[in-house]
Amino acid sequence: MNTSRAARIEAVLTEHFAPVTLAVADDSARHAGHAGAAPGGQTHYSVTLVSAAFAGQSRVARARAVHAALAAEFADGLHALALTLHTPQEAAALSG
Amino acid sequence: MTTPVVERIQAEISEHPVMLYMKGNAMFPQCGFSARVVQILTHLGVPFHTANVLEDAGLRDGIKQFSNWPTIPQLYVKGEFVGGCDIVTEMFQSGELTTLLEEKGIAHEATA
Repeated sequence: MNTSRAARIEAVLTEHFAPVTLAVADDSARHAGHAGAAPGGQTHYSVTLVSAAFAGQSRVARARAVHAALAAEFADGLHALALTLHTPQEAAALSG
Repeated sequence: MTTPVVERIQAEISEHPVMLYMKGNAMFPQCGFSARVVQILTHLGVPFHTANVLEDAGLRDGIKQFSNWPTIPQLYVKGEFVGGCDIVTEMFQSGELTTLLEEKGIAHEATA
């Protein structure tokens, strides 16, 4: 595939969650040499996602929804995904 | 569907009030995310039991399916799935983890 995994993650999450804020970072280089880190990288990511879709959902439910959306990536070498998931109201309170 | 690995997990999470599935062990974590959860539990002074998924490929896959959660570490408290590194960290920082442990009647030394 030509597109980077970060670009695919961004596209999938945009489609599923209509995010207010979305940031995808490739942290693979920081984990180079660690078990699970592939020579080509693209294994470790962190995502910050603010979406109204998370309203009324527990932390576990929010993360499961993101995991489910990215199931194809997990099946294809995605190894670690650090998630920061908030509703717009929570994000506003945090930055306030 | 009950398989030996599912039986093992069910036995562990019911036997140990705080059960952590991780890479490595509490003394020598082999992953930064596992290490962080160990550090938090240690800081809170919570007795916990660990299983090393790196020693058992069946467990490594089995716990992911059992929890419907694709990554390691995974923390269980009184048989209930709490989450992975991000969730445990957020709950620790907000004080919710201490509240959860207290609600579940788990003794800890936290003064945080």
